[in-house]
Amino acid sequence: MSQSLDAYLVLAGILFAIGSFGFLARRNAISMLMSIELMLNAVNLAIVAFGAFVPELNVDASVIALMVMAVAAAEATVGLAIVMAIYRNRRTPLVDEYDAMRQ
Amino acid sequence: MAIPDTVPLLGMSWNDVLFLLLAAVMLGSALLVVTLRDIIRCGIAMVAAFAALAGIYVMLGAPLIAAAQVLVYIGAIAVLILFAVMLTQAKNAPARLVFQTQAIPAAVAAIVLAVIVALSVTATDWGDVGTRIATATDALARLLFNQYILPFEVVSVLLLAAVIGSVYLAKREDRDA
Repeated sequence: MSQSLDAYLVLAGILFAIGSFGFLARRNAISMLMSIELMLNAVNLAIVAFGAFVPELNVDASVIALMVMAVAAAEATVGLAIVMAIYRNRRTPLVDEYDAMRQ
Repeated sequence: MAIPDTVPLLGMSWNDVLFLLLAAVMLGSALLVVTLRDIIRCGIAMVAAFAALAGIYVMLGAPLIAAAQVLVYIGAIAVLILFAVMLTQAKNAPARLVFQTQAIPAAVAAIVLAVIVALSVTATDWGDVGTRIATATDALARLLFNQYILPFEVVSVLLLAAVIGSVYLAKREDRDA
C-alpha cells in the first residue's frame, strides 16, 4: 500500500475534499483560510507523490512543492491581513455577515 | 532481538502500517479542522494534520520537503493563523452556528469530489511506477539555482510584495493624519 501511487493520490484527493467542504461550509473567515491551507497541502502531497514515483519528475517535483509552499505563505499573509481589515470595520469574523455589497 | 519483517498479528509490512497510521491521523485532524466549534482547537488540529503530512513526505523520500513543511506550515503559517484568531475572535460572541446554512450541500459536494478523485485515480494506468525514489538534496539545489532560478527570484519578489501589502492592509489607519 505504501508502495502504490494510487494510495497517496487518493489520500490527497480526500484531504482536498475535506478542505473544500470546510471552505464551502464554515462561517468563520479564518476557518475558511485554514481550509484553503488544507487544500494547498493536498495539492502538495499529490505533487510530491508523483515526484517520488516517476523518475523523470523526481527533483522537479520537490522544487515545485517548495514554490507552492512559498506562495501559500504569501497567500496566508495577505488573506489574514484582509480578514483583519474587514474585522476592524465590521467587528465580526463571520462571513455571512459581510453583506455590505448585497444591498 | 531482530525486528520481524511484518508487523506481528497484522501481517502487513511496517511501511504500510506507518502509512495507514499517518494517513488516519492526517485525515482525522483535517476533519476536526473543518468541524470543531472552538477555532483555537481547529488551529491545533491543523498543526497535527501538517505534522502527519510531514511524516508522509518522509515516507515518500522527500525529507527536505518534510523539513520545509514543518518550518513553513507549522512554524509560520499555523502560528500566523493562531495570532489572527486571537486578534479577531470576540470571546462573548454568540457563535451558535458553526456552519453556514448550505453545510449539507457542501458536504455532498465534498463527498462527490472525493469519490470522483478516487475513481479517476484508481481507473488511470500510471505505467509501471512501483518503486519509490528518494530526492537528493544537492540535485534539488542545483536544479533550483540553475533551471528554476527565474521562478525562485519571482517567488522572492512575491513574498516581498505580500509582506508590504499585508502590512499596509493590517495597519491601523490614522484618521487625524
